[in-house]
Amino acid sequence: MPISHSTTSFVAPREEACEGDVLQVRDLHFSYPDGHSALHGVSLKLCDGDKVALVGPNGAGKSTLMLHLNGILGGHGEVEIGGQRLTRDNLPAIRAMVGLVFQNPDDQLFSPTVFEDVAFGPLHMGLPEEEVRARVDEALEAVRMSSYKDRLSHHLSVGEKKRIAIATVLSMKPSLLVLDEPSAGLDPRARRTLINLLRELPITMLVSTHDMKLVQELFPRTIVMDEGRVVADGLTMEILENEELLTAHGLEKP
Amino acid sequence: MHFDAFDRYHEKESFIHRLDPRVKVVVTIIFIISNALLPDGAWMAFVFAWLFLLAANTLSRLGIAYTFRRSLVALPFALIAVTVLFSIPGKPVANFSVAMWNFVITDAGLLRFVSILIRSWLSVQIALLLVAVTLFPDLIHALEHLRVPAILTTIIAFLYRYLFVLTDEVFRLLRARESRSAASAGKRSGGGVLWRANVAGNMAGQLFLRSYERSDRIYNAMLSRGYTGHLYTLNAHEMKPHDYFVTAFAIALISIVQIIGRL
Repeated sequence: MPISHSTTSFVAPREEACEGDVLQVRDLHFSYPDGHSALHGVSLKLCDGDKVALVGPNGAGKSTLMLHLNGILGGHGEVEIGGQRLTRDNLPAIRAMVGLVFQNPDDQLFSPTVFEDVAFGPLHMGLPEEEVRARVDEALEAVRMSSYKDRLSHHLSVGEKKRIAIATVLSMKPSLLVLDEPSAGLDPRARRTLINLLRELPITMLVSTHDMKLVQELFPRTIVMDEGRVVADGLTMEILENEELLTAHGLEKP
Repeated sequence: MHFDAFDRYHEKESFIHRLDPRVKVVVTIIFIISNALLPDGAWMAFVFAWLFLLAANTLSRLGIAYTFRRSLVALPFALIAVTVLFSIPGKPVANFSVAMWNFVITDAGLLRFVSILIRSWLSVQIALLLVAVTLFPDLIHALEHLRVPAILTTIIAFLYRYLFVLTDEVFRLLRARESRSAASAGKRSGGGVLWRANVAGNMAGQLFLRSYERSDRIYNAMLSRGYTGHLYTLNAHEMKPHDYFVTAFAIALISIVQIIGRL
């Protein structure tokens, strides 16, 4: 039973005007081949250095939206990354700019060893071997997993796999990091390590999550989605105070 | 949960472990071909091939009987050759009858059967040794270096990566069934055979669907990182002079085995 809600959106005024220099999505619509429609006119902007949480109930269209940001799915509407409009021709360039990390690290880590997985992106960007090696070292260093280079992916714990999964896109030096439920299934310590890692990374990021405590702790700005629409976009502290909004969209105050 | 039963690599510090994986793959393949080419009843050659294997075992520091202990599991497959016992003409050695058929074992058949048994037993052992002393990713690299088509090496690499994920999936499904396979007091649990077959069929279907959907997500993850249809890998391996020397030496030894077998 879909939750009914008013179409008037709650939009908190942002402190400074944002041009959306990293990401702009304008009026994005998408239906899956089976006819199920997932996005109904989504628009949002992200500026350099923004750390934004994307929340909403299951089936709200968060993952579908994320798959549009690097052109895996292509709906009607516009997606602009770093001022470039996403088209079929610039897909490879866009994919190097948007680091998309999937929810299940077993889908993300498809190579036999950690090194090969982290090197996958840079190698496909056509970088020379030394540069690839340097980037792998740098990315693993950033997630504090340098000693795991020669390990086999299937021997790692879930927390370790999640951090390696983030390293696999960091090695492409993306300008936007898109994470799908990064803290799902982690024990408290692994979750804490992940939070510290996300806080330290100096990259613009859009993170979909159900973990409202994580949202409160880490993200100054929150976007709420429900039924394929952005229903709120504003300061996290204001959104978390608006209990009416949270209840209407199946969320809870932490 | 991790299911590592397929990992046969044994971490040891040895001369054989440090060899370039190409050397190990090439020598293994040549050894297997050599076994296949040895004539029936070349007992001396079989013994020398076996000594070669024992030496490789010892040099790998896995213990002289390492591959012998593991080779027995593969022997039942050699029984496929059992028909040669009766099908090659020669002097009858023994006969027995099953129902209305009378089987006659001939001396030529027996000779060939035992030879096939020994050949396959030696070949299985060297293959066991290969996977025990080479990390699987290195093995794939070796195949790439040896110009095995990329599509094949890629399939093997994915197979290796997801075998573990899929076995985990199977065990989760089996456990979920176990947990709900309850019985009421005094009643036999489980329903009829047809019903149970139906459940098992549904589970197999589930597994296929889950794998199919997973393959979609993996492909998306690959696309996200720039995959366009070509796989690029860095190959860390470099043949050193002693790698060439070891290859030459091993081939020389195997040639001697061949010569002995034909004397």
